[in-house]
Formats: sequence, structure tokens, C-alpha cells
Amino acid sequence: MTQEAKKDKKFTMTLPADELMACGHLACQGCGATLAMRYMLKAVGQKAILCIPACCWAVIDGPYPYSSMDVPIYHCAFETAASTATGVKAGLEMTGDTGTTVVAWAGDGGTFDIGIQALSGAAERNEDIIYVCYDNEAYMNTGIQRSSATPFGAWTTTTPVKHFKNRPKKDIVAIMAAHKIPYVATASVAYPEDFVRKMKKAKEIKGTRFFHVYAPCPTGWKSRPDDTIKLARMAVQIGYFPLIEIENGEKTTLNMMIKQRKPVDEYLRLQGRFRHLQPEQVAAIQAQIDTRWEHLLRGCTV
Amino acid sequence: MKKVIMGNHALSYGAMLSRAQVISAYPITPQTQVVELLSEMCADGTLNAQFIKVESEHSAMASCIGASAAGARAFTATSSQGLALMHEMLHWAGGGRHPIVMGEVNRSMAPGWSIWADQNDSLSQRDTGWMQFYCASNQEVLDTVIQAFKVAETLMLPAMVILDAFALSHTYEVVDVPDQALVDKFLPPFKPAIKLDPADPRAFGGLTGSEHYMELRYKLEKDMEKAPALIEETGREYEKLFGRRLGLIDPYRCEDADFVFVTSGTAGYTARVAVDELRASGVKAGNLRMKLFRPFPFQAVREVLAKVKKAAVVDRNCSYGAGGIFYQEVKSAVYGWPGMPPILGYVTGLGGRDITTDSFKEIAAHAAARDRADEEIVWIGVKK
Ligand SMILES: Cc1ncc(C[n+]2csc(CCOP(=O)(O)OP(=O)(O)O)c2C)c(N)n1
Ligand code: SF4
Repeated sequence: MTQEAKKDKKFTMTLPADELMACGHLACQGCGATLAMRYMLKAVGQKAILCIPACCWAVIDGPYPYSSMDVPIYHCAFETAASTATGVKAGLEMTGDTGTTVVAWAGDGGTFDIGIQALSGAAERNEDIIYVCYDNEAYMNTGIQRSSATPFGAWTTTTPVKHFKNRPKKDIVAIMAAHKIPYVATASVAYPEDFVRKMKKAKEIKGTRFFHVYAPCPTGWKSRPDDTIKLARMAVQIGYFPLIEIENGEKTTLNMMIKQRKPVDEYLRLQGRFRHLQPEQVAAIQAQIDTRWEHLLRGCTV
Repeated sequence: MKKVIMGNHALSYGAMLSRAQVISAYPITPQTQVVELLSEMCADGTLNAQFIKVESEHSAMASCIGASAAGARAFTATSSQGLALMHEMLHWAGGGRHPIVMGEVNRSMAPGWSIWADQNDSLSQRDTGWMQFYCASNQEVLDTVIQAFKVAETLMLPAMVILDAFALSHTYEVVDVPDQALVDKFLPPFKPAIKLDPADPRAFGGLTGSEHYMELRYKLEKDMEKAPALIEETGREYEKLFGRRLGLIDPYRCEDADFVFVTSGTAGYTARVAVDELRASGVKAGNLRMKLFRPFPFQAVREVLAKVKKAAVVDRNCSYGAGGIFYQEVKSAVYGWPGMPPILGYVTGLGGRDITTDSFKEIAAHAAARDRADEEIVWIGVKK
């Protein structure tokens, strides 16, 4: 805590002060995924091991032989975050370390698409790992191609404006909850207190814990780096990315009730990837958000 | 203790006696019994290990890699399509320097679906940085697993222990199962110099630019090159305790031979019978059975071949468009060395077709009429 902060009686630190991520990493300006890692590590602490597959984060950490993090990292193959983490956990237990938290940390592509088999397998076996998917809604590391997390209407290099993504985003949270694992949560870099609280809670649970973290990407979304938090916050407040927890696939809790949901328009306008949309497509996106929100309210406690 | 066991269970007992700590595997015929027995051993506490019942071979190898990186001794087994599905992860284990030992039952690749023996599955993994041991008996399978762990962990390189589908995997033989206490004396616990450890955080396998990558691979190659001498030394140490040793090659009646077969796997034992029969009919034949394929035991092979007049390499595999793989490798091992005999290549036994003593006699007759390979790929036993 800084001296000024100590003097200011009203100042309270709401996040752990420890920084397990140093400067010198290689992320773009305004990268949401980088903030997500920082908050996750604050919550989990130093007794952690990360398994990171191919994704932006395979680069952000820094090149061999450097690392910008104060926890060990195993850089694994694209589709193996969950299976590598499973092995690490088993290896630790067999060598007498039962206290270290093993975190698989993958992008949306590595989770929703190529890694889903290993993730589903690990979840079905209820492996004792935390799996975090930071979702920037496309394959960013290979230059912005669509993934099954890319939302309806978005431009990517493989869904060019004339043929924008015409399928809705895959509902990974529902898929993971259907595995009846002890804990599934969504989180956003715009709400670090909520993120850290849930991550701390997850750390105390045994079994597979899954986090879907919303992490804007200025490079891929064609948004301003200083709009990252604004976009992440708007996504929650328009009801596009609700903050929820699902325990044992049954009890769903909405962490933040939005009484007056704003329309999706401004959220879309701040991002170049939606610039081509016509009013009727914007209306279709709004309708999708409304339907999902109502569906969510029907099934959860607030 | 002597036990009558199948080749697959020789792998299981090998892993058990080696005190594997993490076993992660996915079933495939004809490997299944290897992991069935191991899962039972893990469940009833005979073996103090975690058995991870993964959803694919790709994940089996990924989790073995994770376990090995965390400092545990890891074992798996597979075959054919399963090995091919692991391919990406085999590079990861080799390049990442994880001393995993894997039982690999040689089974032909589909299509057409075939569960029978040939070596195209394992040989097409030859460039992944794994040591490859080809076995010809259940005893050899068991002994090889234990020695492979020791060599692998010394060099920090993974190793495959390979046996023919059915001809060994499902064939029961008398096997001397060593005493656990003696094996413990031979094979100490796995203690890697660095591992995933929050008290000493390191990043494994990160983005590697061209200023570092080549040096990492150079070290891998240099350590591979140390393997033949180390395998011999480890074999001698094993022999002192158990009376048997691994070795790089298994020559049979080669000292005074004019003509030798070069073989691998169970065909190597059939070749011995053919050699005896050929000798009875006046042909001074011999058999050089390859036990180690990666790293290639260049010197050992040259020493044997330097003494003979002609060699025929018998391959139960084919690199389509280039012929038998052992053939190519043996040729390149002797190329440019003075006093080496002509080497001829034969492909046979694919998809489990029997390789009989008659096959070897046909090869011997064909080779007798030639002083060099006049066609690249000679097929034996193809129905016309
Ligand atoms: C088997 C395999 N296929 C393809 C790739 C190429 N690749 C590397 S990263 C990547 C995209 C990653 O996307 P995502 O998981 O969404 O993470 P992001 O880059 O957006 O952070 C792809 C396709 C690979 N490394 N391995
Ligand atoms: S491309 Fe996007 S996710 Fe990747 S580092 Fe840049 S901002 Fe972060």
C-alpha cells in the first residue's frame, strides 16, 4: 500500500496487493486478456502452476528464456490445456505436493473449438483443476479469424464484412454446466472485485472449476485501447455478458442484476468489427440478447 | 518369479516394477490389456500410481507430459491409430525432454482396418525425438521397460518399447518377473533437475526465437547420440542383477556368415530358424536383429556387416515411394565405409501377413542371384 493510501483513511484496497505479473510482457495496449491474468493471479496466489496452450498468452508472457510471471508455466499444445493440467496435477500429487493450484489458461479458440474434447474429458472426470478461458471472441494470435466464440454479426478475417459471422456464439457456459462440475463462473476484466471473489471461492473447491472471462481485444475488435474496460463493462450492463455462477450444474446465481439494460447500439458502435451492420442486424442482435437475458432470469437466483 | 504372461502384461509388469507414478492411457486393440492390468493394479494399490482415464490418446500423451514436467514418472501404451493421433504430442515429449516410457504395439495403419502387425505406425514417428526399442520376446519387453526408464531419465528423452501385435502382445510366454527390491536397486526414483515448482518458477517451452531454438535441438541430438553407449552400460548393470541385458543389436551366427538377414521384432526369431536351416543346406547365413532403431546404432551395425559378403534387410513396413525403412537406414549407415557388403531390401509381412522361414528362404534365394539392389522395392509374399 502506498504512503498516501495509508494516510487516506477512506482508501481501502479491494484487491490483493501482490503482483505476480511483472512489466515487460508482450501484450498489445489495452489487452483485456492481460488484465484477466493479473486478477486471476492476485486471487490464486503464488502456489500455482499455469498450463498455457497456443494463444496470445503463449506470447504475452515473454520469449524463452524469459517470463514475466512469478509462477511456473508449462507452454502446452493448442488443444491440451485441460489434459496437460490434469497430468500436472496428478504428477504433483504423486510427488507429495497437494497444495498447489493448477490452472489451465486458454483462449476462446483453444477452449470452445480445438480444446473442447480434452476440456470435456477433464470435466467429466472432475479433474481437480481450474480452467480459465479468456474470451476475446476470435483467434487473435493467428491474426483475427473467427472462432465458435465469435458473436453473430462480427467481422473477422475469415468472416469478411460481406459474409460476417451468421451463427450465434457457442454457449460454453451451458455446455460446461451440463457436465455437472462443482463450479462454473463468468467474469469480466471490468469487474475485478467480482472476478477475484469468485476465483478465491473457486480455489477452495475441489474438482473442475471453469471460468469464462470476458476479455476485450482492441487489436481484433478494432476498438480503442482505452475503451477496453468501458466495453467490458457495457457488455455486462447491456446483458450481453451476464456475471453468473453455476454450482453443480444446478444452482445459478446472477451476481449483478441489471434493472435498466441499455440497448446494444453503443457497444457495437465502439468496435470496428461491427461497423458494417445494418439496422435490422443490430435489431437481431438486440433480440438475441433479450431472449437470453429473459431465459437467464427465469432460471436463476439473484 | 517365473510367470506365464502375454506380451501386453509384460509391459504392465515392467511399468509396475519401474514404479510408474502416473499412467494415462486410452484403449486400442491390441494394446488394451496393458492398461487394463495397470488400472487394476492402481485401483487395488499393488501399484501406487494415479491412473488417468483420458478421453483420447492425444490427451493421454499430454497428461503424461504434464505429469513428467511436474516431476513424476509417467507411462502409457498405445498402438497404430492411437500412436498417430499422439503424433503432435510425441514431438512435445521429445522436444520438451520428458522421459516418458510408452509401450507401443505395432499394428498396421488403416485403411483398410487392420489390427495385425506391421511397423508403419512406430516407424513413422522416428523423427519425434523418441528412442525406439524393438522387442522379440515377452521377457525382452519386460526387461526393456525397466532399462528404458533408466536410460530415458538419465538423458531426459522419452522411449518407446515396441512389440508386434498378437505375435507378442497376445502370445503367452514364460517370463522371469524380477524382484521389486532388486529393481528398486537398479532404478532409483525419478528426480529431474528442474520441474514445475512454485518455489522455483520457470516457464517451460515458451516462444523460442531462432537465436535459441537450434541450440535446444542440438542438445537433444547430442543426448540422443549418448544413448547407445549408455544403453550398453545400463545393460551391463542390469545383467549383473538379473542375468539379462538390453543391448543395441542381437546378432545370431553372424561371425562367420557370408550372408545375413537384417530383421526386427518377432521376425528376428523366425529368421534364426531360417538361418539354421540355410546353414544345414550349406548357406553360411546369419541374422542381425535390430533392437534399437532410434538412435540408430551405426557402429554396432557396421561392425557386424563389415564381416559379411551380403546383407538382406527384411522390412515389415514400407515408406511408400522409397521402400523399407530399415533398408534405407542400414544402407545409409554403411554408405561410404570401406569393406561394406551390398545391401538388398525386402518388404514383407504387412498387415499381419505371416513371415515364415520360407519367406526368409525366398529372400535368401533372391539375394543370392544379385550383387546389388536392381529394383528398389522387392515384395515378398504378395499374391499375384
Ligand atoms: C494444432 C494447432 N493448430 C493450429 C495452431 C495455430 N494457432 C495458434 S494460436 C491459434 C489461435 C488461438 O486462438 P484463441 O485460443 O482464441 O486465443 P487468442 O489467440 O485469441 O488469445 C491458432 C489457430 C496451433 N498452434 N496448433
Ligand atoms: S491481439 Fe488482442 S488478445 Fe492478443 S495481445 Fe493483442 S490485445 Fe491482447
